[in-house]
Amino acid sequence: MISFELSDEQKLVKDTVASFAADQIEPIMRESDDSENVRQDIISKGWGLGLLGGSIPEEYEGFGEEISALTGVIAIEELAWGDLSTALYLTAPAALALSVLDQGNEEQKKEILPAFTGEEYRPASCALVEPYFNFCPSALKAVAVRDGDEYVLNGKKCLVPLAQESESMIIFAATQPGMGFSSVDAFVVPAAGQGVTVSERERNMGIKALPTYQLELKDRRVPAASRLGGESGSDFLRLLSRSRLALAALAVGMSRRCVEYSRDYSIQRVAFGDPIASRQAIAFMVAEMAIEVDAARLLTWEAAWRCDKGMDFEKDAALAKNYAAEMAMMVCDRGVQIMGGHGYINENPVELWFRNARGFATFEGMVMV
Amino acid sequence: MMIDFELSPRIKGTKNMIHMFAESALRPIAREYDTNEHKKPQDLLKMVQKVMGGGISGAFGTEEKKKEGEEPKEKKRRETNLAGGVTVEEIFWGDAGLALSFPGPGLGGAAVQASGTPEQKEKFLARFAGEEPVWGAMAITEAEAGSDTANIRTTAVLDGDEYILNGEKIFVTSGKSALVESQGFVVVWATLDRKAGRAGIKPFVVEHGTPGMEVTKIEDKLGIRCSDTVSLAFMDCRVPKENLLGNPEVVDKSKTEGFKKVMATFDATRPLVAAMAIGVGSAALDLLKKTLAEEGVEIRYGISPCRMTALERDIMKMDADLKAARLLTWRALWMLDNGQRNDLQSSMAKAKAGSAVTWITQKAVEIMGPLGYSQDLLLEKWMRDSKINDIFEGTGQIQLLVTARRLLGFSREQLK
Ligand SMILES: Cc1cc2nc3c(=O)[nH]c(=O)nc-3n(C[C@H](O)[C@H](O)[C@H](O)COP(=O)(O)OP(=O)(O)OC[C@H]3O[C@@H](n4cnc5c(N)ncnc54)[C@H](O)[C@@H]3O)c2cc1C
Repeated sequence: MISFELSDEQKLVKDTVASFAADQIEPIMRESDDSENVRQDIISKGWGLGLLGGSIPEEYEGFGEEISALTGVIAIEELAWGDLSTALYLTAPAALALSVLDQGNEEQKKEILPAFTGEEYRPASCALVEPYFNFCPSALKAVAVRDGDEYVLNGKKCLVPLAQESESMIIFAATQPGMGFSSVDAFVVPAAGQGVTVSERERNMGIKALPTYQLELKDRRVPAASRLGGESGSDFLRLLSRSRLALAALAVGMSRRCVEYSRDYSIQRVAFGDPIASRQAIAFMVAEMAIEVDAARLLTWEAAWRCDKGMDFEKDAALAKNYAAEMAMMVCDRGVQIMGGHGYINENPVELWFRNARGFATFEGMVMV
Repeated sequence: MMIDFELSPRIKGTKNMIHMFAESALRPIAREYDTNEHKKPQDLLKMVQKVMGGGISGAFGTEEKKKEGEEPKEKKRRETNLAGGVTVEEIFWGDAGLALSFPGPGLGGAAVQASGTPEQKEKFLARFAGEEPVWGAMAITEAEAGSDTANIRTTAVLDGDEYILNGEKIFVTSGKSALVESQGFVVVWATLDRKAGRAGIKPFVVEHGTPGMEVTKIEDKLGIRCSDTVSLAFMDCRVPKENLLGNPEVVDKSKTEGFKKVMATFDATRPLVAAMAIGVGSAALDLLKKTLAEEGVEIRYGISPCRMTALERDIMKMDADLKAARLLTWRALWMLDNGQRNDLQSSMAKAKAGSAVTWITQKAVEIMGPLGYSQDLLLEKWMRDSKINDIFEGTGQIQLLVTARRLLGFSREQLK
């Protein structure tokens, strides 16, 4: 039966994360962007909310709460309301941990998951995106070739969060090039080692507070046992789609903040004797921004709900993610427009959102619910 | 309760049934009643009256509308409005023109539901459950008062036990069906005192056959041609005093209560117009996808935007837009069913659905090329039909205006 009402537990999660975002993350958004880093005490506090540890089963030393993609998207929308870089920073380890939990074999789960249940933030990462203009997850150029007990990885990765900071990461590579999404396998490997070069920090237009790197893989040899799911491999499209749910929710959260900010500004800013919001050219922009944020959220919720129900959700997740990415750019562009010249300067946050927003078109695989 | 996107078994059952009806009874005759604009599908209308008892295009569950903050009377979850939305979508998937011509209380009935006294409801609504098709209509719009409903000039003057109406209304949906072809009525908005502004505007029920009322014009239209859209002239038209809808507070010239109440019917009807739009949009998208599949054109969902063909981009945007519009619409209806104030969400849904579906149908015709433009298929008709959803029940701009005022906390004076 159709319902748009959050469960009591979801309400609690939402409220908890929302107040953390408002009290701790949002006030340092600009500072984080300027300093190109997120304060570690904030990361520790965010980790302390137990979002990831909570969803790891007790047998792997977590709290074993029910895992729900829907609850996940509700929570990280709130994080991104506070700041996108911080949200990505905090949730990057989940991309690895939840991939292992969902697709790993028993040994992999036992070996890897307990590390993410501790009190201290545990950086970890996923390397999916590649530095080519027509990058597509269904046609990775990074390849993994089986050689006895090992796989040999070759290729390039970019937009890899926390590659220097992490001990371990997932590297996605094609084991059967040309086979689309089913060609891709995941390898859970140490972040450093022979055959891998981690670049200096990347310089991107946005998400500046999140350290990201390029990787170069040259005959990087990894044990065959590090292939996610072991000999049977893993369902890459499923992982990718769950990552897309997360990205869509992040886009919704950040855009929602931008709508609220623009709305408040347009009420208070006076031009020609009236608040600029009293003119339809501005008011209608605000209305459309709000409608599109809600539209993207509902698409995201529905896709996440399908995922939780065990239905096909891959197509829905892709539609939601692309929709949310477009929406975020539209909304943040208008955010700058509504503030005029004041939107263009760093004293106000809209230019930051504007830079962040375009990233959603490119981001893949960095986070997960 | 928790978030759930699955229709209840009951609604699913209805949906399937209506879909079959739409496919077998509406699609085959859709073209005929587009080409012959003023012809009515008499057999179909009789059949609809029999089967649906006039409930289908009517005032779905408006009786369940609650005041802000008021708890729903029963804790039991209702889904009357949602069921109405789903039904409407399926019928309009079949054909919008035919669907709009269906008998039933219509917008006039919705106004009676929203602001009539129990006696008035009994008196005016009972007729819709009979054997013969009956229509209700609503006449707000005038030549000088469209979006600007407060500018109504039709006057009502009390004379003994009667009100005397004078003026002219335009664009009355099913006006001829209600007043000439059946024992129906029209709810006419007229002002008791122009100086009183909105507070002076009141809804009057005018019965078929009332002397002094005349259908003066039947419009030829771009689309939804099976639905009659008429002008009505009122020349010293006398209606009983009891036909002014509502209790004494409504009659009070100093209060806008009556105006507001009738306006509040929009909270229930706007999402239904959104559902109408979505029905037409999904008809177009279904046809487009079927054609592409037959031609072996694959849509590669999930690939990066930078690798999509223009066609893939369009189809995916159509998919997402349609689904987003539907979810926004369901949310507005669900809120109504649960006694929550939904004026903001109703306008959001209609704004989105109206613009999304006009775009979707236009794009579908473009993509289908000469096949899309040809009258051999119904697609070109759907493009013409769908445009109305961005116009009646408040244009797209009016929906944005309502949405913006609510978001900004601005009054009508602060945001014109
Ligand atoms: C087929 C059909 C059926 C109809 N059925 C009914 C019916 O049953 N009963 C009934 O009463 N009416 C009915 N209408 C009338 C319909 O509701 C009006 O046409 C509609 O509300 C717009 O009014 P208008 O045509 O006078 O346009 P106008 O109000 O003159 O608007 C013209 C343009 O200006 C824009 N505009 C107007 N005001 C503003 C503003 N404040 N801010 C920004 N933009 C603005 C509008 O969006 C529109 O784009 C019907 C119309 C049609 C075509």
